[in-house]
Amino acid sequence: MTPSGGTPTGLRLYRPRVSTLWWTRKRTYFVFVMRELSSIFVAWFVVYLVVLIYAVGQGEAAYRRFLDWASAPWVTVLNVVTLMFVLLHAVTWFKLTPQAMAVRVAGRRVPGFHIIAGQYTGLVVVSGFVLWLVRR
Amino acid sequence: MTKRRIEPLVWLMFSAGGVLAAVFLPSLILLFGLAFPLGWLHPPDHAHLLAVLANPLTFVILLGSFVLMLVHSAHRFRYTLYDGLQIKMKRTVAVLTYGAAILGSVATLGALWVAAQAL
Repeated sequence: MTPSGGTPTGLRLYRPRVSTLWWTRKRTYFVFVMRELSSIFVAWFVVYLVVLIYAVGQGEAAYRRFLDWASAPWVTVLNVVTLMFVLLHAVTWFKLTPQAMAVRVAGRRVPGFHIIAGQYTGLVVVSGFVLWLVRR
Repeated sequence: MTKRRIEPLVWLMFSAGGVLAAVFLPSLILLFGLAFPLGWLHPPDHAHLLAVLANPLTFVILLGSFVLMLVHSAHRFRYTLYDGLQIKMKRTVAVLTYGAAILGSVATLGALWVAAQAL
């Protein structure tokens, strides 16, 4: 008499407790959680860039101070870790895209390999553009 | 009901932010996070960066992509807390993660505005 998924009152469901460290037991689970944790590092670097933009807006001296601060060992270590996590994000994201969306051209499904290759091409083109724009 | 209407939009922003983070961030981290501060490459002139930032096209692209990347990050971290760390205070987690993304978006707008006015 209950709607699908609902629970009649008074009935107690068996809900096994999942351990907080469930993801350390298998390599694939571990990689999954590491991939999800890349979100923290994406946020960190966006904040870092916002502070850089603000410093540039404040003038030449503030920009120099930012670069000085950014050369501190802890910032360097954090940015190296950030780069590794963002690369993990990029590789896993590119790999998953063909599974998440079916691209059709002229009625035929584009093979996953082409979608993945297209994204790596995008990464190279965008990186080249960024390098050109900031070093011009 | 509101939740149902907002959820697809958040997933769409999550995907867009994920693509942007994957293609834009590696080069930016390598350049502005490591190569320029550590002197591996000569950092760009202040005047040049200011000119790039003051361009309306840069303003719009940076604002849009930073907001999307922040939403991407907040959305993913929200589910990391639910499923990864088994934190089941759903409402609190959602308010904190999306709230942080909104704060970050406002800060982005502020910083870009300051830079655009400085030229």
